Amino acid sequence: MRDGATPLTRRPTPSGQAGGTNANPVDRDMVTEVVRTVLTTMTGDLTANETSLLHEVEALGRTIAAAKQDIAALQVDDIKARDIPFATDELDAIVEHTAAATNAILESCEILDEVAGTVTGDVSTRLQDAVTKIYEACSFQDITGQRITKVVATLKTIENKVAQIIATFGTEGEAIALATPVSSSPGSDLLNGPQLPANAMDQSDIDKLLASFG
Amino acid sequence: MPIDKSMNVLIVDDYKTMLRIIRNLLKQIEFNNVEEATDGADALSKLRSGNFGLVISDWNMAPMTGLQLLQEVRADAKLKNTPFIMVTAESKTENVVAAKQAGVSNYIVKPFNAETLKGKIEMVLAHA
Repeated sequence: MRDGATPLTRRPTPSGQAGGTNANPVDRDMVTEVVRTVLTTMTGDLTANETSLLHEVEALGRTIAAAKQDIAALQVDDIKARDIPFATDELDAIVEHTAAATNAILESCEILDEVAGTVTGDVSTRLQDAVTKIYEACSFQDITGQRITKVVATLKTIENKVAQIIATFGTEGEAIALATPVSSSPGSDLLNGPQLPANAMDQSDIDKLLASFG
Repeated sequence: MPIDKSMNVLIVDDYKTMLRIIRNLLKQIEFNNVEEATDGADALSKLRSGNFGLVISDWNMAPMTGLQLLQEVRADAKLKNTPFIMVTAESKTENVVAAKQAGVSNYIVKPFNAETLKGKIEMVLAHA
């Protein structure tokens, strides 16, 4: 290193470790200042390696500037502030509406069930069978509800990532509060929710697995 | 041995619609003494203060999951022998194994049909 050049090493974090991916976002003013200091000290004849290094630094600066422009064009603020909350609200509304519709269907079924009890023979049996099939089909609401909950959780993860991008590339003074990660409760590692049909075990697979315990 | 259909059955699910469906299906197979709980803590409280011959519980509930409820039931001297059927959308091998290790009596994967529910109840109560 030439005399007077600012060292290009990372400042250690309070824990004594060099800043990693979880450290605070790099202070861009500091980086600019470091680069400027290096360039100032590199007067006179430059070696081929130094020239190459300068080109690399310059290219890196252009890449970062272009990435910032691309991110600004994406309007990530809108994704966090408007698009994702809109999507989650819509999904919540789907759950509410399907729950209301399912309960209305169940109410009618309960009346049919009562009627089936007042008649005899084949009519009663056919009514009961039809009502049973409707009860079974109505459990879709529980399954779709769980699937939608998984989608909402995914959207919240995306929202968190977007917030991190804004915090990293946003302008100074734009302090973005990162979403607090959902704390995992004991046993939550086994909460997988409904599997897609292609990946799911059916009742006969589960019966075989249970039987294997003896 | 004939099954005593007058026994008290506790059904546990945080989806009220699901409770309603299971209650109606139980009614069709002549289990009329059915109580409901919407979470694990509520279920434990009802189990400890009542006299239930069967528990049918969902897994995916908060804050206490169905698996934790099962573990609490099996750890309770008074409740440990109560037949416990898990009815859940959790169908991964690791879930079934964890439930079995915790002492589940049987395991029904959602969506299920009335025949499966009836068959599993009869199987569990026959061995109770």
